[in-house]
Amino acid sequence: MTAALATRGLCKSFGALAVARAIDFSLPVGARHALIGPNGAGKTSFINLLTGAVAPDSGTVVLGDTDITHLPTHRRVRLGLVRTFQINSLFADFTPLESVTMTICEREGVAGNWFSGFARHRGLIEEAYDLLDRLGLGEDARRPTRHLPYGRQRLLEISIALAARPRVLLLDEPAAGVPERESAELLDGIAALPADIAVMFIEHDMDLVFRFANRITVLVAGQVLCEGTPEAIAADERVREVYLGRHADRGHHG
Amino acid sequence: MDNGRQFAAEFARRSRWRPAEVALWVAVAVLPFVFPDRMVLASQIMIAALFALSLDLLLGYAGMISLGHAAFFGIGAYTAGILASHGWSEPISALLLSGLLAALGGYLTGFIVVRLNGVALLMVTMGLGLLVAELANVMQDWTGGSDGLTGIELRPLLGRFGFDMAGRVGFVYALIVVFLAFVFVRRLVHSPFGLSLQGFRENPTRMAQIGAPMAARLRFVNTIACGLAGVAGALLTQTTQFVGLEYIGFDRSAEVLIMVILGGGGRLYGGLVGAFVFLVGRDVFSAANPQYWYFWLGLLLVLIVLFLPGGILGGTTHLAIGLRRLRQGGKA
Repeated sequence: MTAALATRGLCKSFGALAVARAIDFSLPVGARHALIGPNGAGKTSFINLLTGAVAPDSGTVVLGDTDITHLPTHRRVRLGLVRTFQINSLFADFTPLESVTMTICEREGVAGNWFSGFARHRGLIEEAYDLLDRLGLGEDARRPTRHLPYGRQRLLEISIALAARPRVLLLDEPAAGVPERESAELLDGIAALPADIAVMFIEHDMDLVFRFANRITVLVAGQVLCEGTPEAIAADERVREVYLGRHADRGHHG
Repeated sequence: MDNGRQFAAEFARRSRWRPAEVALWVAVAVLPFVFPDRMVLASQIMIAALFALSLDLLLGYAGMISLGHAAFFGIGAYTAGILASHGWSEPISALLLSGLLAALGGYLTGFIVVRLNGVALLMVTMGLGLLVAELANVMQDWTGGSDGLTGIELRPLLGRFGFDMAGRVGFVYALIVVFLAFVFVRRLVHSPFGLSLQGFRENPTRMAQIGAPMAARLRFVNTIACGLAGVAGALLTQTTQFVGLEYIGFDRSAEVLIMVILGGGGRLYGGLVGAFVFLVGRDVFSAANPQYWYFWLGLLLVLIVLFLPGGILGGTTHLAIGLRRLRQGGKA
């Protein structure tokens, strides 16, 4: 069976700094895959290479059966490769309903339509509301985004990504900065992600990693150190040395 | 479920004409006939409002600033002038041609400007503006250089309504053209396309991540905006029967930017309000002393940017919402 997403020999350097060294990576359909590693290991750079925000020096990125290495970001999104951001990247003056409706319009190919109003697209707005409601944002659907508490903004990040109807979803530290009292609904939201979406997430919180992941890849200095089940990774001596050994130091990564 | 249907209906209703809008257009159409000696000023306000609307489409909706928008106003103005002085005296076809030529200019420059933002965008748009203005200065055989083109004669509108000295026909002509442009832009900003422009204003980098091909859309809206600026320029040439370098210079680019900021961007009518305040203010104050006007304009601009970031229109909207809350709070 083909993987939902795979890379072969992906390399990228910024001057002398190699952020990706021949990364071979495969994400099966329906995966819950955690990408972990110490600060500066190249985790966010890897996501940027996958989404096309950064072009690789060499190597390929394949989504399903399609080689997407040279496609622009927006085309990859239309093919089903969608990400969220570690630091909220939202539409501050928009309501969640507007943000999600806009995303659904893109997905349905009607967003280039400049001469018809939304009366013809009511179904899409209803779909947007249903999606928000499912993730617990129903009551906030018409509040300006900048007035929402941080945890709800994190949920909106995920809602917008889901509205694009991804086949592969990349979550960059989905729970970063969410206060304890707001985290439960966010975690419920992540747990409720549709089973047929392949999810890869970067996370520093090991409780979260072991709660959601069925596989883990450890990235160190732009290289895959090892990959395996959570149990195997937890037992791996090298991982203990380079990563879990520093577990006590849960600083913000770059 | 019911919520969803209700919110969707509300969302879809946003593009309906509101009573305040209808009232505004009635006032705009009627007031100049109440003050007939201000008819020419009224035409200029209409034309400036269209020019400001075209910039608002870029700045207020798509978040793209320009310091050279007068280039396209000027292309329209000079095209209308050159056509008329070469015997093409039918005004409506000349107006459309002028708009098309300005739109072509916008289409071509779009390939450069939609890749830029911030200071680079400011400098490139200003540079393009200066370049086009200098071309108008140098091509004296066509443009009349610093003397401008005078003696522009036009045939009566629709073969019946000749442009009169009092400016009545000129005003009604400008009013109708500007109203049609507003109807067009209104549709555009209330469409899914318009929503995506505002999404780009709010967060340009996220748009690619929701699958939006923004470069092509920005080129399209830039073409439309420049075309509308060209129509405004052509209207000014046709109603004043003159075109000169001041129609195309940097001052005019700065003025239209001030009008949009004064009135409030991204609200459709900000440019109209800004044009009214700017031109009526200048008319009132500069009667005494032009320098005096720039003092008050400067003060107004500073106060608005500091205390009313949404401009006059944004400020009144907030005030209306606040008053409504206060009243509802009083009842409860």
